[in-house]
Amino acid sequence: MEKISTVTGVAVPLRRSNVDTDQIIPAVFLKRVTKTGFDDALFHGWRQDPEFILNQPAYQGASVLVAGPDFGTGSSREHAVWALRDYGFQVVISSRFGDIFRGNAGKQGLLAALVAYEDIERIWEVVEAEPGMPVTVDLVERTVSAGELTVPFEIDDYTRWRLLEGLDDIGLTLREEEAIAEFEQHRAAWRPTTLPIREPAEAGN
Amino acid sequence: MTASSERPRTLAEKVWDDHLVKQGEDGTPDLIYIDLHLVHEVTSPQAFDGLRMAGRPVRRPDLTIATEDHNTPTLDIDKPIADLTSRTQIETLRRNAAEFGIRLHSLGDKEQGIVHVVGPQLGLTMPGITVVCGDSHTSTHGAFGAMAFGIGTSEVEHVLATQTLPLKPFKTMAINVEGTLRPGVTAKDIILAVIAKIGTGGGQGYVLEYRGSAIRALSMDGRMTICNMSIEAGARAGMVAPDETTFAYLKGRAHAPEGEDWDAAVEYWKTLPSDEGAEFDAEVFIDADALEPFVTWGTNPGQGVSLSDTVPDPATIDDQHERAAAERALEYMDLRPGVPLKEIKVDAVFMGSCTNSRIEDLRAFASIVAGKRKADGVRVMVVPGSARVRLEAEAEGLDKVFEAFGAEWRFAGCSMCLGMNPDQLAPGERCASTSNRNFEGRQGKGGRTHLVSPLVAAATAIRGTLSSPWDLEQAVTEAEAK
Ligand code: SF4
Repeated sequence: MEKISTVTGVAVPLRRSNVDTDQIIPAVFLKRVTKTGFDDALFHGWRQDPEFILNQPAYQGASVLVAGPDFGTGSSREHAVWALRDYGFQVVISSRFGDIFRGNAGKQGLLAALVAYEDIERIWEVVEAEPGMPVTVDLVERTVSAGELTVPFEIDDYTRWRLLEGLDDIGLTLREEEAIAEFEQHRAAWRPTTLPIREPAEAGN
Repeated sequence: MTASSERPRTLAEKVWDDHLVKQGEDGTPDLIYIDLHLVHEVTSPQAFDGLRMAGRPVRRPDLTIATEDHNTPTLDIDKPIADLTSRTQIETLRRNAAEFGIRLHSLGDKEQGIVHVVGPQLGLTMPGITVVCGDSHTSTHGAFGAMAFGIGTSEVEHVLATQTLPLKPFKTMAINVEGTLRPGVTAKDIILAVIAKIGTGGGQGYVLEYRGSAIRALSMDGRMTICNMSIEAGARAGMVAPDETTFAYLKGRAHAPEGEDWDAAVEYWKTLPSDEGAEFDAEVFIDADALEPFVTWGTNPGQGVSLSDTVPDPATIDDQHERAAAERALEYMDLRPGVPLKEIKVDAVFMGSCTNSRIEDLRAFASIVAGKRKADGVRVMVVPGSARVRLEAEAEGLDKVFEAFGAEWRFAGCSMCLGMNPDQLAPGERCASTSNRNFEGRQGKGGRTHLVSPLVAAATAIRGTLSSPWDLEQAVTEAEAK
């Protein structure tokens, strides 16, 4: 997982509320066997419409999504975060997130920034006035800046620390490397190993 | 659960304590070491992909083993798999196993089979270890006195990368089954009765420990049947304390310890049973003498009754949610209250799944059907849990018994336990199944499942209606009286 401290990039104003995970990525894409390559699946239904905001030239290469309230509700699929990340988003801003989505985002290195709804409307206005303008999300200061506008966002300390350090769940556990190695040193010889492959001592079952 | 050795501890607590890499503080989870990681094609692809993205290796390929089971066909196993999604999953597992250096038993290999049949059969599952797999029926392995539970795909990746899992301690529940089972009553009937008693959510948050004289009297295959279905009671895991039956089963298996290691292991294993005075967070009592062959009538494993009963009337259920669930279930199952279960006709009998597909299960089924013909119009499938079980059954001539009976003798896999491979029920078809889930559509869209033991499956295949071996004896006695 990449460390994040500030993200500067094109912001997409997504003026929709209640964007559930089915909208973010429809169920048919869950059959895939990879954890990457979901960029084409993101908002798949909406993207069929040429007018949809992600299809507009000004917003290509965007890395910040500014959405309405209740983003990421519904089914717990982790794929929703993968699709946003694969598309290139590093930050999603909303005034309210689905709980599981927010948890998954933190674990996968996608910054879910909680911004008051009035401030979201102000960001929308600024970026819509000049489509494609960059905004800056500063995780250290917990602020979002677009042009002259700077507003605060909320994120819990633990998730913020993990994002700043670039630590996913596995990365966190690997910090205990010494303790794990120490445990393995004392693992009894009778405990099972699958390799090398052994044949049964006696014939039969 | 703490590492204090003064306080009497349960089996589950002992295994937990002995795998503590780091004790959690201030509400953070404990870090638990995993002794054995079983892998199959459905829940592993994204885990391997995650490792690849992060550039991480598998920490302990030598504690990891993979097999193909959910998507595999049980006929024509030498031909390419027809369904594209299934084929992709299998091919992905093969590529991942090769890339990460993981032992894989593929279709056609003699150790291939349902992951929960393969582990014990190789002697990899043993007392006092921790076992995980991206599959909820990992609870099966608890029959050896192991702590075994199912995990999700991100946890699969976590174990592959670190051989550990951050976990919060579980509560413990003792399931005391005292007495002697009557002939014709089996381990499957015990667990169906347990789930009917505590409900599909009754075990939530608990590790169940099955205890008592009826459990001690069971073989390992029977104990596995019981632990397998712990998850259907909502529990994360089920366990049985290891004893001489456990040791005898393990001795001489491919990966069981040998020589001095064996002696050291047995010495340790004997310390594992719950201490006298150890406290469980909850206790349940089941009278084994009173048990009869059991069957489910609904669409969750807790909706079961004795086979001699009638289909229950939802109107008599007090709890409004349960009543509504029962009404929905009867509608889906196309059953009317008050109908004797023994009058219900079936279209199919499925003998297989990780609940009941080991050699003893096949022997039990064969003991009833030997020398008989199946009922007309009933399709009977017998599917061994692993290629090795298949070979063993054939060495004993069981395949001939099944074929003479009119059953289809298949290759190893999950088969009709779930609609993920070609073995499925057609809409509206009714099946007596030795598997573990009777959810709507589990065995194929619109299919209707009655969960039963191998003996009940066999008797049902003979009579064409839900039946137990007792009904067969009765038929014989009646015929003799004439
Ligand atoms: S046999 Fe059924 S329950 Fe067992 S692992 Fe296969 S699909 Fe799951």
